[in-house]
Amino acid sequence: MKLKLKIWRQEDASAKGGFQNYDVDGIDGDMSFLEMLDVVNNDLINEGEEPIEFDHDCREGICGSCSLQINGEPHGPDRLVTTCQLHMRKFNDGDEIVIEPFRATAFPVIKDLVIDRSSFDRIQHAGGYISVNTSGNTQDANSIPIEKENADDAFYAATCIGCGACVAACKNASAMLFTSAKVSQFALLPQGEIEAHERVLNMVHQMDKEGFGNCTNTGACEIECPKGISLENIARMNREYLGASVAG
Amino acid sequence: MSVLESKIPEGPIEKKWTKHKNEINLVNPANKRNIDIIVVGTGLAGGSAAATFAELGYNVKTFCYQDSPRRAHSIAAQGGINASKNYQGDGDSDYRLFYDTVKGGDYRSREANVYRLAEVSGNIIDQCVAQGVPFAREYGGLLDNRSFGGVLVSRTFYAKGQTGQQLLLGAYSAMNRQINRGKIQAFNRHEMMDLVLVDGKARGIIARDLISGEIERHSAHAVVLASGGYGNVFYLSTNAMGSNVMAAWRAHKKGAFFANPCFTQIHPTCIPVSGDLQSKLTLMSESLRNDGRIWVPKNKKDAEAIREGKLKPTEIDEDDRDYYLERRYPAFGNLVPRDVASRAAKERCDEGYGVNKTGQAVYLDFKAAIERYGKEKAFTSGHKNPSKEEIIKLGEEVVESKYGNLFEMYEKITDQNPYKTPMMIFPAVHYTMGGLWVDYNLMTTIPGCYAAGEANFSDHGANRLGASALMQGLADGYFVLPYTIGDYLADDIRTGSIPTDTEEFETAEKEVKERIQKLFNANGKNPVDYYHKKLGKIMWNKCGMSRNEKELKEAMDEIKELREDFWANVKLTGKAEAKNQELEKAGRVADFLELGELFAKDALERNESCGGHFREEYQTEDGEALRDDENYRFVSAWEYVGNPRDAKLHKEQLEFENIELKTRSYK
Repeated sequence: MKLKLKIWRQEDASAKGGFQNYDVDGIDGDMSFLEMLDVVNNDLINEGEEPIEFDHDCREGICGSCSLQINGEPHGPDRLVTTCQLHMRKFNDGDEIVIEPFRATAFPVIKDLVIDRSSFDRIQHAGGYISVNTSGNTQDANSIPIEKENADDAFYAATCIGCGACVAACKNASAMLFTSAKVSQFALLPQGEIEAHERVLNMVHQMDKEGFGNCTNTGACEIECPKGISLENIARMNREYLGASVAG
Repeated sequence: MSVLESKIPEGPIEKKWTKHKNEINLVNPANKRNIDIIVVGTGLAGGSAAATFAELGYNVKTFCYQDSPRRAHSIAAQGGINASKNYQGDGDSDYRLFYDTVKGGDYRSREANVYRLAEVSGNIIDQCVAQGVPFAREYGGLLDNRSFGGVLVSRTFYAKGQTGQQLLLGAYSAMNRQINRGKIQAFNRHEMMDLVLVDGKARGIIARDLISGEIERHSAHAVVLASGGYGNVFYLSTNAMGSNVMAAWRAHKKGAFFANPCFTQIHPTCIPVSGDLQSKLTLMSESLRNDGRIWVPKNKKDAEAIREGKLKPTEIDEDDRDYYLERRYPAFGNLVPRDVASRAAKERCDEGYGVNKTGQAVYLDFKAAIERYGKEKAFTSGHKNPSKEEIIKLGEEVVESKYGNLFEMYEKITDQNPYKTPMMIFPAVHYTMGGLWVDYNLMTTIPGCYAAGEANFSDHGANRLGASALMQGLADGYFVLPYTIGDYLADDIRTGSIPTDTEEFETAEKEVKERIQKLFNANGKNPVDYYHKKLGKIMWNKCGMSRNEKELKEAMDEIKELREDFWANVKLTGKAEAKNQELEKAGRVADFLELGELFAKDALERNESCGGHFREEYQTEDGEALRDDENYRFVSAWEYVGNPRDAKLHKEQLEFENIELKTRSYK
């Protein structure tokens, strides 16, 4: 497969970036999208040029490091996959592919396709935890039975990998899907109930402070989420938030 | 005489840990505020240790190369975490978990450490549930369990195929609480470049800010290395692309002994290699062996026809299939330990029965499971005479509820539907049992430098059982280090903060900068990956699933030659004082090129077969590993003295007082 690539290059956070064109040949359908970029980079290094920087680590769709806006879609055209698990068989010989970093005020570009997602970490610092110390004397794990349905829903919310595709997909660059997934995980478990009010208020406050936009219910985040995190989480967070605000 | 002091407490095995905790020194809460600890790596071991230290009141600095602690590679662990809770009432106990782990490790681990691991395993589950980790549950609301290889009980707790993710997010949430309190300072996108010793004690690190390229000094009263394993020495492995040995290797060069480097786990169920440009391998969880049956064609001509694309696996009759694990190991069948399963797959493929275009794959088949579950489901939902189609439909639903995400992942990667045709799998490098030598307190041979999780060597011997890595990482971080580190730090309550404007930090920083400069000064002929791939090939072909004297000697020479070529001819681009992923890779590969040689030497010196270390010269008549307890019942701890091949061997004799040494049999 031969491809024409238009890739965003930017030297550092303060530099002005722009697109550059690259041709690549010999791409096999079984290769992942990042392996295709490895080929491009190998060619660049051989020519003495700086390779294109992008974030990646586990390459099995779970660490959430990889990102990339591919032809306008976070993680590219396939559904329920991250860029590292997007395979080149989803493209055709001769295709032009536009590759950019995720775009959001709260995700500034560091270099080329690498972005700073520490705003997500700060939302978690604000309340993404249950205040329990390590002791070895917490109560037995089976002492509080949890309805299977709630446990499963908490698990599905907790499968969020924090990649930021929801923000990149949203025209308002809202982080509601991300934040609500964490709020929901804890809200659905008896262990999380005790701090529920404080948690939702603090996390939402931090989310707003980071410069993420508002939610206008377009649902783009759910469609682009590589883990299929449900919009129901946003509805749940709104209820939690309202409840917490009323309770003061 | 050995200089190794394992510091195993006296007394009966089940009392050692309690007694030790009662007798070691404590640091009072007010003094903890004046003590700093550095934790390198934020996976299960590092994340849990950092959070717990901070809860206790210490000032903690964490370092990880990823952009967030939550992305450490523990996140990719799929199947589960063991604990001897005996919730299933199937006869489990601390002793059985201890026994299974020592036996699974082929009697090359330290009894006292493993017993402690089993003892705290239940606490881990309690702690994680209290943190909000959403483990799988049954309809009655209680926790569910499943079975893993090498054991006869169901003691594995899980969260679908994402157990590592859920546990890591638990540890990360505990860290977040401490970051919010200001007790943990997280240095993300930072890499440890060297360990700094002051008066022979670990007192800090030199780190590189991976965004600005700046070289920084950080001091502390103790340094914990929880930086994971070194499987990436093989280039292709299930490790993350960035997983590396730098922190452990730097410590090794500063005096920490490296133990059993050749003990590597090759995991039997990974997606086979598809092409030359492949960058990594993907694991299919061991939990699949609960229900999947492994086979190859019984007849060579069928295997050939499959390789040529003329025959499909579904067209081969039951009678023409060789379920070789069930045939060779009737007692454990498809659930034999990983080393045994991997070697058996290699044996069949070497004999010419392999499938896939390359002949380097075997089948993992769910047909029988789908039919069994389908019948059961039909029966319980009142269909007494279901059609075959109904059975398959219902069975596929059950299998999907158990392994849905794994099946999906397989399909995304291979473009084949594993509900309809068997999966193809092959062994791949997955975990390293070897690591920095530590005593009972998890301290390395450098005072004040600790190693936890996969980075140390202590608990898994020559082979790790499934679902035990998560257990060990969290045991070390939540329940061992927080006690043992206090014993050491009790002497530091009057030390005050460690200054960084000293000669020791100055020298260490200078050496780091010179090393970076040396990489840039090379001739610029070949990219870093060129060397990494070559190293990987040597390791896989000569230090992989089976090893022999001749090839190990060749490997040592070839690695040395490759290393010299690397330093003379590697090609770097960009600058040192900026974000530079090629430079990061180069530094990591440089260390792998040293470790690889020590790895081969260790394998060469161990003239026996045990666990994942299989020497062709030492096997039984039916091809099983032949251990030599008389001469090799020890841990090999290597001291760095200049070149990896000149490393000096120290032996820690292993005593087995609670378990009888036996030939491991899974027949």
